[in-house]
Amino acid sequence: MKTLLSVRDLRVWLDTARGPLSIVDGVSFDISAGQVFGLAGESGSGKTITALALLGLLPAGARTGGSAILDGRDLMTMRTAQRRRTRGREVAMVFQDPMSSLHPMLTIERQLTEHLRYQLGMSRKEADERAVELLTEVRIPNPEAALRGHPHQFSGGMRQRIQIAIALACEPRLLVADEPTTALDVTVQAGILRLLHRLCQEKDLAVMLITHDLGVLSALADTVTVMYAGRVVESGPTAQVMGRSRHPYTRGLVDSLPHPEAADRALVPIAGEPAGPESRPAGCAFHPRCRYMEPPCATAVPPLIRIDDGREMACPVDPLVASLAR
Amino acid sequence: MSLLELRDVEVVYQRRDGTLVPAVAGASLDVNAGEIVGLVGETGCGKSSLAKAAVGLVPVASGSITFEGRPVHVLGRRARPVSERRLQLVFQNPYESINPRRTVGAQVADAFAIGRTQARSSWRPRVEDLLRQVGLPATMARRFPHQLSGGQRQRIAIARALAADPAMIVLDEPLSALDASVQAQVANLLVELARNLHVGMLLISHDLAIVRHVAHRTAVMYLGVIVETAPTADLWTAPMHPYTQALIDSIPHADGAGHLPVALPGEIPDPARPPSGCRFHPRCPRVMDRCLSEVPELVAKDGGRRVACWLHEAPGGARRAADGPSVAP
Repeated sequence: MKTLLSVRDLRVWLDTARGPLSIVDGVSFDISAGQVFGLAGESGSGKTITALALLGLLPAGARTGGSAILDGRDLMTMRTAQRRRTRGREVAMVFQDPMSSLHPMLTIERQLTEHLRYQLGMSRKEADERAVELLTEVRIPNPEAALRGHPHQFSGGMRQRIQIAIALACEPRLLVADEPTTALDVTVQAGILRLLHRLCQEKDLAVMLITHDLGVLSALADTVTVMYAGRVVESGPTAQVMGRSRHPYTRGLVDSLPHPEAADRALVPIAGEPAGPESRPAGCAFHPRCRYMEPPCATAVPPLIRIDDGREMACPVDPLVASLAR
Repeated sequence: MSLLELRDVEVVYQRRDGTLVPAVAGASLDVNAGEIVGLVGETGCGKSSLAKAAVGLVPVASGSITFEGRPVHVLGRRARPVSERRLQLVFQNPYESINPRRTVGAQVADAFAIGRTQARSSWRPRVEDLLRQVGLPATMARRFPHQLSGGQRQRIAIARALAADPAMIVLDEPLSALDASVQAQVANLLVELARNLHVGMLLISHDLAIVRHVAHRTAVMYLGVIVETAPTADLWTAPMHPYTQALIDSIPHADGAGHLPVALPGEIPDPARPPSGCRFHPRCPRVMDRCLSEVPELVAKDGGRRVACWLHEAPGGARRAADGPSVAP
């Protein structure tokens, strides 16, 4: 399996009146072609900012550190012009709400062929033919007619398919999908998940799937990285991280979800609320909510330690981690 | 007599071009005291319209809604009749349903001011009681909404509803704006309140999985009609309506097993032009000839279940074993 994107020690700060505010604090991961990489976390965990940093779409006033190597080139230090070329052609993004990311007054044709004409220099005729292919690819019924339509004429699921078609227009190698199904019904979500799965397999596309929904991650992702308050707390193969989660936060998230096979047990919530960037606790940021908290957790940031089942986790209290750290 | 009774309710909206859109096309539902009834379905199935009709926020075109035996009035310019103050509503988004410029305490106390039920001197201790009841510290009363997290705001919205000493609360997607770990906290709070205060709840949600943990009974709605209702555990383990089955199969499980959920083909049709016969027939994996022309009635089955599907025509649960959960491919 070939690594397509290698992110190391990614950091993002926002400059505020009260000094720099750390949003993403040393995140590392690898994404391979033909695989779905899942990035999990609740709101405020920094997962979306991580994606925006990779694409160079951070708000003004944000500073970054670390590296993100795609084919020997570092996305983090690229010049603006080069980055603009990379975006769309090699890395494309799909956002949560297709109603706000599609232009309401332009036809689907205009929005779908823009990339093809400007990035790839196609003629209008070529671009139109390719657009029909793309809409067919994402299973939009009657693609010729759909090209003449406007976003409001499509349902949420269809709009998300159109957004994916636009992202795929220049045949990127990495598709970043930020909560792509969160605004959709489960019945429609299942279709989008299957579409992403098929694209990943057929086109050897790498997908970075960002979501708070562990069910969605479980269904689609090959590997999962769980973030809490700007840091990675657990990462590894999905079967390990979701099926046998070890970190108290991941464990807590899984237990707080309704479980299909254990209906009669009450939901076990995590105490407290997720910490926002302006109120991150010292040490392990999860310690105020953690059942297994011990005094060192409140002072020292636990390092990510690789344990022998292929996962990495940051929890000094875990017996396996403790034995390895010694 | 149930606490809240909806009988053959129809809610019809009018489009700008004059087209009539029956969002709810004859739905019946009962909620008893202390009982949580979940109402699930896809976007556009009419569940929110039914919830709004239940508390008088939209007029019904036909059918009846009674609360504690008295008809629910459509909310007009005048104050709600006193008899309906014990019927409360909690909205989806606590960022919008709470006034950002007033303290939490003042907003929770609104019900006392409007109801004139208690002396002003007793408001403060009562507000603090309510905050504790929803799991918040009493000091929260002096805070403003922007100082609170989403979960805390939703608790405030629930405390506001409780301030009116309700017998019945209708909750429209109360959990969907919350983070997963917080969702479970609020879900457990609802179960606790229903049990301790003996309040009836109608819980509208698109999330069948969470409803399964919270609701005693679940009703499944499709394109304006209720297609199946049953005790929640039975509905989940042995769904009879193919649509219920499809909803369950489309839920992804966070078990790390990597099973892709099953997609339901097609989309919910335009309620202004519903399909003939069974409204679900164009998307149904088990469609038969008669489904295209004949409308199935909601028929009572064993164990307090009701289902509207020609597969289960005979009364009782006799055909259940034979039909089984063979819907999934």
